[in-house]
Amino acid sequence: MTEAAYLQPPPPDYLHDGHTLGSWLFTTDHKRIAILFALSITFFFFIGAVAISIVRLELVTPAGDLVGDDTYNKLFTIHGIVMVWFFLIPSIPATFGNFLLPLMIGARDLAFPRINLLSWYLYVGGAAFTVLTLLIGGVDTGWTFYTPYSTMFSNTAVLTAAMGVFVVGFSSVLTGVNFIATTHTLRTRGMTWFRLPLFVWSMYATSIVMVLATPVLAMTLVLIVAERWLGLPIFDPSRGGDPLLFQHLFWFYSHPAVYIMVLPAMGVASEIIACFARRRLFGYSFMVYALVAIAVIGFFVWGHHMFVSGQSPYANIVFSFLSFMVAVPSAIKVFNWTATLYRGSIAFDAPMLYAFGFLGLFTIGGLTGLFLATVPIDIHVTDTYFVVAHFHYIMVGGSVSAFFGALHFWWPKITGKLYPELWARAAAIAMFIGFNLTFFPQFVMGYLGMPRRYHIYPPEFQVYHVLSTAGAAVLGVAYFMPLFYLIWSFRHGGRASANPWQAQGLEWQTPSPPPHENFIVPPVVSEPYDYHPQEGPTAGGETSA
Amino acid sequence: MTGLRTTLTEASVNARTVDIAFLSVFAISAIIFLVLFVLLIIFAVRYRRGRPANRGPLPKLMRREIEIGWTTATTFLAIFIFWWFVAGYGLPPKAAPNQLEIHVVAKQWMWKTQHPEGAREINALHIPVGRQVRLVMTSQDVIHSFYVPAFRLKQDVLPVRITELIFTPTEIGRFHLFCAEYCGTQHSHMTGAIVVMTPPDYASWIHAQPHGDTQDREGEALYDQFGCGACHAPQSQVHAPKLFGLYGSSVTLTSGKSVRADDAYIKNSILRPRDQIVAGYAPIMPSYGALANPRAVEALTAYIKSLREGAS
Amino acid sequence: MSDTFLKPPFETLERQHQAVSFGMWVFLVSEVLLFAGLFAGYSVYRNLYPEGFLVAGRQTDIVYGTVNTAILMTSSLTIAVAGRAARAHFGRTARRLLIATMTLGLTFLILKGFEYREDIAKHLLPGPSFALAQPGAEIFFSYYWVMTGIHATHVTGGLIAVGRLVIASRRDATWLSGSASEDATALYWHLVDVIWIVLYPLLYLTGRTGHG
Ligand code: HEA
Ligand code: HEA
Ligand code: HEC
Ligand code: CUA
Ligand SMILES: [Cu+2]
Repeated sequence: MTEAAYLQPPPPDYLHDGHTLGSWLFTTDHKRIAILFALSITFFFFIGAVAISIVRLELVTPAGDLVGDDTYNKLFTIHGIVMVWFFLIPSIPATFGNFLLPLMIGARDLAFPRINLLSWYLYVGGAAFTVLTLLIGGVDTGWTFYTPYSTMFSNTAVLTAAMGVFVVGFSSVLTGVNFIATTHTLRTRGMTWFRLPLFVWSMYATSIVMVLATPVLAMTLVLIVAERWLGLPIFDPSRGGDPLLFQHLFWFYSHPAVYIMVLPAMGVASEIIACFARRRLFGYSFMVYALVAIAVIGFFVWGHHMFVSGQSPYANIVFSFLSFMVAVPSAIKVFNWTATLYRGSIAFDAPMLYAFGFLGLFTIGGLTGLFLATVPIDIHVTDTYFVVAHFHYIMVGGSVSAFFGALHFWWPKITGKLYPELWARAAAIAMFIGFNLTFFPQFVMGYLGMPRRYHIYPPEFQVYHVLSTAGAAVLGVAYFMPLFYLIWSFRHGGRASANPWQAQGLEWQTPSPPPHENFIVPPVVSEPYDYHPQEGPTAGGETSA
Repeated sequence: MTGLRTTLTEASVNARTVDIAFLSVFAISAIIFLVLFVLLIIFAVRYRRGRPANRGPLPKLMRREIEIGWTTATTFLAIFIFWWFVAGYGLPPKAAPNQLEIHVVAKQWMWKTQHPEGAREINALHIPVGRQVRLVMTSQDVIHSFYVPAFRLKQDVLPVRITELIFTPTEIGRFHLFCAEYCGTQHSHMTGAIVVMTPPDYASWIHAQPHGDTQDREGEALYDQFGCGACHAPQSQVHAPKLFGLYGSSVTLTSGKSVRADDAYIKNSILRPRDQIVAGYAPIMPSYGALANPRAVEALTAYIKSLREGAS
Repeated sequence: MSDTFLKPPFETLERQHQAVSFGMWVFLVSEVLLFAGLFAGYSVYRNLYPEGFLVAGRQTDIVYGTVNTAILMTSSLTIAVAGRAARAHFGRTARRLLIATMTLGLTFLILKGFEYREDIAKHLLPGPSFALAQPGAEIFFSYYWVMTGIHATHVTGGLIAVGRLVIASRRDATWLSGSASEDATALYWHLVDVIWIVLYPLLYLTGRTGHG
């Protein structure tokens, strides 16, 4: 860009260059692709949500009086499949990652814009399979597809479901490759590795996991299709197959996958907390190493899902140990976020409320992970609601909160509009309350022995289930609120300046919404999170001392 | 009737261990969580925007040192929890002399149990209090999981494989048995009752049951049908171990280890002979996993058990 | 001429080249893990059923296997040289070599097709009428079909990629010297070969090696 740039009238922002449907469906602009992803995952979130709403209603009474056994099994299966592969895994990376990664490193776009579009089409293709699955009667294997049930016994649409996940898998591999290549080759002048915002680092770590783990899942699904469809003996024990092989392959992917679901949330939390505490993030380099450590160690703990599967007790002990080790870097991050608040200048706008929610709920979820990593405890609570509570605390309480945090934090940048702060805070608080009401009782009933994936259950657990369903109702309402007031804000919200939060980071140096080529004038790179009033230049914010 | 449950009886030796572990880890996490929580509150209040407070740069000490400090602290804490509650645990307990061996066959969607005397039950298991029980389990179809919350015990039950569960009930009463591994349509109906009785009650109960000692006859038939004798019969040309008096004896394996020839061992030898090769023999025995269904294996085992010296 | 190749978001051509081949490398790592999943299962079962695998291994058709190996290795050579030629601005030669590569690739697939037909005739397709009785033999062939099948789809993918170059360069062959996708395609093609080099011993030499 030259001086001329200043004289020219500003180019149209990415929302307004091109209004035809084609200009969206064939765009290679990472910002528009991000929007496409955002709309699709929202749709799928509600599919998963409707499914589980029915489950929750069913569980109000011990008897199976609302839906039949098969329907119930299909409901929680589609809930799990959709929420994990069609909502949470793409949620932050494919939307905010897509939108922000190039902006944050001062690039015009991702390294491979056309591949980026391709990965959206792959996503939609896979999604189509899932919808097909629903139309032809659903699938009932649970999201874990355990053999031999999935290959030899279930008589539901396992094939379409597996293929859908398979295709979406490629979408996330391509996204991963794209992000990694972009981070390596498109950082603008002065944007050294250790000046990258933690959000970019989290995207980088996530991408590594996507690229290394997803193909293994893809292969496992291929084998399932081969056995179920072509009748090739692979897992079937009655034809000599090893009943545990599938579980090893599946969890080798699916444990790292849970970090695909949380690392981006950690990235978001880091950005928000630093900005609203007006503080340089505490222990930046440790935060980076922690991210990478989680990504790496995460590949060696999959066996903790198989403590009672019949694998050798020695294996159990090793996997247990590694699970404790993977907890340490997460601990470091939690401590650093807390320390960042020290001597800060803390404002409690909606994004910060979500960040606090993330912090607390992720910690609870993570700590209960330690219970599960403790073999004797896990033998008792595995496959009970204790596990269900554990992962919802991290995935819903942690990651989904962070997702909403990001949505509000970058909403002005993405849409150029301001959202109604009061409504936003109300939603955040409602979500927090509803969430705990939904899932805390599940810890209790889990420890008391309530098995998961149970359609009917002994009456002594009813009270907890009723509480949980009540919570889900609150949660449901809370999830609907943003839907409404954000649409409203998009229409009638006040104009957002380039940097409404006085935040650091290159994405705030360009108009909101950004022009097609991201930056009119090349951005100026400074130290990351240069908030601290005393040290270095400040981007506004009180410096009351 | 909706009786609210807030506690879970500890009905086995193991239950104690688990509860202690749970409470300890809970205590540790609770402390960690509270500390963090309190800090969050304090910071949120003291450093609220607009409220005057010292927002100066951090004291030097609050940099690397503290970072390294809590990293190592957490690491040690983690290792401690692991070492204290996991490292010792997990290896199955020693077999007690008067151990009660019960056979469990899981199928969609029921539990079949069988007592040494041959008495069979469905979706129920009667056992005497205070006596060590050993469940030898297999599945006829998919993976199931034998779960008794009151014992804090769970073990997956696999097709074609044998898995075991050893415990000692300490409380008299009636406890839930759940299938904890998702196994299809009626997974949630695959439940039952564990009835722990005083030894005399158990004795009289077992006495009242019809006995299935026809089983080893059945086994003998299968033994001929499968042509086991082709190799194992005393006069056979094939170099294969004699099965007389095998049961209960201790067998030396090529690996050098020696094992007690109990039900599990015999079943494994039939299902997956390659796992344990008897010293001095070639691993030529075919696996009968595909031919023999769990019931047949039970029968064959019963027959081999009946082959005591002098007997038959 | 460079600006004909330079696409946004890149500002310089060599950066773009770096990005393309680096991206391809990352993708190849992913591909390797795809097959790693298969190899893991293969070795588990090979330990479980040693002689089942030996017996089954002898049934695969070593002639086809070996010929195909030779073909693929030659194709690797041709595409490598094509790259050299392109960089040395011998556009025509490069293009011819690419066509040669494609023909070799196609021959590989055709031969594989014939092999498959014979395998089926010999009842080596797992199922009720499967030829071998040994435990594990059937599983070996499950892996044989899946592994070769997936590899074949990769060869097809490679063909399409090379085909794209051939078509793109039909107007002026010098195009090859500038475009970044040339080396990327070559990288991919080499990977497909390397994977075959691993499959070959697993599927064709098992049971024919000494201890068979
Ligand atoms: C985003 C998703 C996510 C994340 C991040 C995690 C994180 C962790 N998980 Fe979780 N997990 C799931 C999603 C996730 N999990 C899911 C979906 C399942 C069930 C799958 C199924 O069966 O359907 C599951 C199941 C699961 C199991 C198997 C349970 C069973 O089925 O029997 C285990 C067992 O070890 C486990 C452990 C852990 C551990 C140790 C962590 C650690 O990474 C947590 C680390 C974080 C902390 C520890 C908190 C912060 C630290 C401190 C505040 C300091 C104190 C720390 C120490 C003293 C070390 N998880
Ligand atoms: C990854 C993300 C993710 C997310 C976001 C959620 C979100 C939620 N999950 Fe999820 N859940 C999983 C992942 C996730 N879950 C997985 C992986 C499993 C395991 C599946 C398996 O066992 O295979 C699982 C299983 C699971 C179970 C266990 C089922 C069983 O074992 O029998 C339960 C039970 O309460 C549950 C509840 C909820 C609730 C209440 C929410 C809430 O957050 C949802 C909030 C939304 C609403 C409450 C609905 C909003 C309102 C509407 C959409 C309108 C409703 C309209 C009509 C009803 C017409 N989930
Ligand atoms: C082809 C010959 C052959 C046949 C048929 C055969 N076995 Fe065996 N069996 C062996 C050999 C050899 C061994 C010792 C090596 C080993 O442990 O595998 C053995 C070991 C055993 C053992 C362990 C014995 C010990 O001393 O530990 C048992 C039990 C057994 N077989 C039962 C059976 C039964 C039951 C059948 C029929 C259903 C059967 N076998 C059929 C050859 C055979
Ligand atoms: Cu049997 Cu679940
Ligand atoms: Cu895990």
